[in-house]
Amino acid sequence: MGAIYIMWLREVKRYFRSKAQIIVSLGQPTLYLLALGFGFGPVFAKAGAGNYLQFMAPGVIGMTVLFSSIFSGMAMLWDRQFGFLKETLVAPVPRLHIILGRTLGGATVASLQGLLMLIVCLIAGFRPVQAHAAGTPGSHNWVAVPVALIFVALIAIVFAALGASVGSTIKDMQGFQMLMNFLVMPIFFLSGALYPLKNLPRVLSWITHADPLTYGIDGLRGVLIGSWQFNYGWQFNFMLDLCLLAALAAIFLTTSAWLFSRIEV
Amino acid sequence: MIQVENLTKTFDQFTAVKDISFQVDAGEIFAFLGPNGAGKTTTIKMLTTLLRPTAGHIHLDGFDPWVRQREARQRFGIVFQDPSLDNEQTAYENMELHGILYHIPHRVRVERIEHLLRLFELWERRNDYVKTFSGGMKRRLEIARGFLHTPKILFLDEPTLGLDPQSRNQLWTHVKALNEKEKTTVFLTTHYMDEADRVAHRIAVMDHGAIVAIGTSAELKARTNTDSLEGAFLALTGTSLRDEAASSTDAMRRFAQMWQQKR
Repeated sequence: MGAIYIMWLREVKRYFRSKAQIIVSLGQPTLYLLALGFGFGPVFAKAGAGNYLQFMAPGVIGMTVLFSSIFSGMAMLWDRQFGFLKETLVAPVPRLHIILGRTLGGATVASLQGLLMLIVCLIAGFRPVQAHAAGTPGSHNWVAVPVALIFVALIAIVFAALGASVGSTIKDMQGFQMLMNFLVMPIFFLSGALYPLKNLPRVLSWITHADPLTYGIDGLRGVLIGSWQFNYGWQFNFMLDLCLLAALAAIFLTTSAWLFSRIEV
Repeated sequence: MIQVENLTKTFDQFTAVKDISFQVDAGEIFAFLGPNGAGKTTTIKMLTTLLRPTAGHIHLDGFDPWVRQREARQRFGIVFQDPSLDNEQTAYENMELHGILYHIPHRVRVERIEHLLRLFELWERRNDYVKTFSGGMKRRLEIARGFLHTPKILFLDEPTLGLDPQSRNQLWTHVKALNEKEKTTVFLTTHYMDEADRVAHRIAVMDHGAIVAIGTSAELKARTNTDSLEGAFLALTGTSLRDEAASSTDAMRRFAQMWQQKR
């Protein structure tokens, strides 16, 4: 247990020590939120689809968590490069504990980032609201915030574990760049973070349904804005999203532990 | 303390270590010498559970590191050829992290960290980030860390590479002192013959993946009819340069690894 704790602590310490990094990594999602949120707002409204900022805010929160968690896992590459990885590889503890500590640490950090992004969204004018039977905006619903944090944490664990699996497999920085372009960006753009999943072309619809982040964003959006917004709230439902993400978290954690245990240097 | 029988490691077509056998006694300082690419680091990696041998048997204090992995790991400390510290944490935090990974009880840990940091003259800098340390300080910290869990065996893979003579001298003084005081068996590799001559009880010379000679410094000199260890070393391994061959095989090996990963 000591090993899990100390590896977790390392990630969290690292986060609080780089305050500049905290601000910088919120920059990109904030840009998306403001530029797209306000930029596409009029078109979205004209299409009769309601308030775009309300719609996409859960998407950028998910984006923040995705980026932060997947990079925490891939930070393994840096540890490999700078040698610290070896110190943990020869330690007399099960490698499962090492990877679990790292992943939970990365997930904790990503969740904190998600929470900060939620605050940025609130400042930008986003409000969690209650579902309303008549399809009209309901009243503010602050209880939704802590419930949404469940989904923030789940997204964080799923992608921290995915990042750790990738980090245990690739060995060089070129590989990292490739994964950034072919893994992280598609996961984000094909997740329904920026557009509704209704009435998509069939192929795109299939792909989005295969993207784990889709279910995380759906959970966040469903909890935070309910279904008042012309049925753009829940695409699936609370239990489906929750169970699917939990199952994926278990699968990815197992995979990362297995891949990490096989590392030779 | 260390027993190696018919150890072999093959990377695809290339055999880095060919069927080597040797034995290191408890409390001994044992040096591995050899030109670049002779297979020293590969041997250390196999001894320290970082690389699975293709064939052969290893016993560390009676434990096969591939069967009783945790017991074996608890018994050795290692200072790698390249740094393995966490630059983003302080010297003290690096020691503490190590102490927790090696299950050292809290009170012992606190005492021993202070003792070792003072011994290696790092106590004043304990709360500074490792990234602000010089090469010599990092090396000292790594060696202090290697001794933290009172290992029975300490592996040092070219620990003095790139250090100035003062740091080298001080480092070996400490290693020797701890070897005598704590009866730690030391297994080291180096390119500096004078160091091996000075600290090692016994020396093995490795070339092209095989051990070509093993014995005390005096024995090696007598056997080759030379008056210095350097002379003996050159007589045993020849004077041709290995850099080129070694680095290109290294590069090929690395390329092969990358390719395997991407497949």
